[in-house]
Amino acid sequence: MQMTEYSKKVMDHFKNPRNVGEIKDADGVGEVGNPVCGDLMKISIKVKDNKIKDIKFKTFGCVSAIATTSMLTELAKGKTLKEAEKITRNDVAEALGGLPSVKMHCSNLAADALKAAIKDYKDKNK
Amino acid sequence: MKIYLDNGATTMVDPEVVKAMEPYFTEKYGNASSSHMMGTWAKQALEESREFIAKTIGAKDDEVIFTSGGTESNNFAIKGVAFANKGKGKHIITTKIEHDCVLNSCKWLEEEGFEVTYLDVDKDGFVDPSKLEEAIRDDTILVSIIHGNNEIGTIQDLKKLGEICKKKGVYLHTDACQSYTKTDLNVKKQNVDLVTLNAHKIHGPKGVGVLYIREGVKITPLAHGGGHEFKMRSGTENIPGVVGFAKAAKLALNSKHIKHMRKLRDKLEAGLVEKIPEVLINGPKGEGRLCNNVNISFLYVEGEAIGGHLDAEGIASSTGSACSSKSLEPSHVLIAIGLKPEEAHGSLRLTLSRFTTEEEVDKAIEVLPKIIEKLRKMSPLGKLIKRMS
Repeated sequence: MQMTEYSKKVMDHFKNPRNVGEIKDADGVGEVGNPVCGDLMKISIKVKDNKIKDIKFKTFGCVSAIATTSMLTELAKGKTLKEAEKITRNDVAEALGGLPSVKMHCSNLAADALKAAIKDYKDKNK
Repeated sequence: MKIYLDNGATTMVDPEVVKAMEPYFTEKYGNASSSHMMGTWAKQALEESREFIAKTIGAKDDEVIFTSGGTESNNFAIKGVAFANKGKGKHIITTKIEHDCVLNSCKWLEEEGFEVTYLDVDKDGFVDPSKLEEAIRDDTILVSIIHGNNEIGTIQDLKKLGEICKKKGVYLHTDACQSYTKTDLNVKKQNVDLVTLNAHKIHGPKGVGVLYIREGVKITPLAHGGGHEFKMRSGTENIPGVVGFAKAAKLALNSKHIKHMRKLRDKLEAGLVEKIPEVLINGPKGEGRLCNNVNISFLYVEGEAIGGHLDAEGIASSTGSACSSKSLEPSHVLIAIGLKPEEAHGSLRLTLSRFTTEEEVDKAIEVLPKIIEKLRKMSPLGKLIKRMS
């Protein structure tokens, strides 16, 4: 197969993804993507004192889709909601040591999934 | 351990082929057009190779033109026939499951004012001969249909398709890169007018191919120059490549290789189906498929991720997933046989060779279930699809 050139960090997160799973009594859940397009990401968060206390993800997608969601959960964990909302796709890609340009949309999706989870939390706690 | 199960992409060059080629780099390196001794050696090697390859497909020597490979041969066949016959008509028929070099040649011709019909295929990838017959018009000048499909291995009934084209007086071209030496191919018996072959799919070198052109076929050369290859394809001949191609064909043409690949292929497929639930086998069952091809969709997971884990285990594979392609579109072949995009995204192609061993197949059967389980555990999709259905 034609393996895209991935950084060591991407391959590490792909092979050993962090925070995989679903939080049963999650405070917020975000799902973005579409299986028809080849990627779907689901992020669930547990919030305490306005901070992301716990975060878990499930991803259907390619190497970089899995790695970016994994990386994102590490970046978001422990952050305040305000800080977490500001995480951009470039932050995720940078933390991974770069992504091939055709794969940048994956990091976009991961950041969007987190934003959706935070929005879900906020909507529930209005 | 390195396990190579991507022989549909390219193959290892057989060391015997390398040995046959070697003298033509450093000792007999003459130009086949030169009249001195070195040139004569090159010319002799060229013509002996041509004669051998011609014989393997039931062709005459001067109907075999050497090219730089499958892509050039397919471009030559399609554009060459289109240019030479546009006075008769500007309609071409092909299928939805061709290699990109055929599809993109056709698309380019559409921009140049030609009209192209892309035939549908059934769920196993077969062209319906009656649909072909219906599609042929008075202004149709060429039909181009892949012999053995590169992704799902479907082997078309060339004889039947050839009879229709002959009856209607239209040229039939076939891309036989994947099928050559793996199933019967005879231009006379199967009524084919143009055939594309290449060397690197059969343990020969990259950069050398053939276009068979039946005597009398009206075709325009694409490369003009010194008039090499019966004025059909100019350019100094790639003698080491051509010698390697003939040697590769000689070594590949042995029915025991087909039996070997088929036996291991069947074992691999059966092993995966037995151990992994919720899979789809893509392509026809049994004899209708190339003896070295397995194409499976694993539901709820994505093919590039499967390939990434396999690669980490030292196993080379390929996928029809969008994420492996630059276009981010799933395989057009898998979509043409009716797969949903999410099923195409989860596809994995494993292609064997005569050098594949039983241990290698066993290893793949051992490793893949674990990979699929791991990926499915982190996929939100299984539940979602069940929820939707």
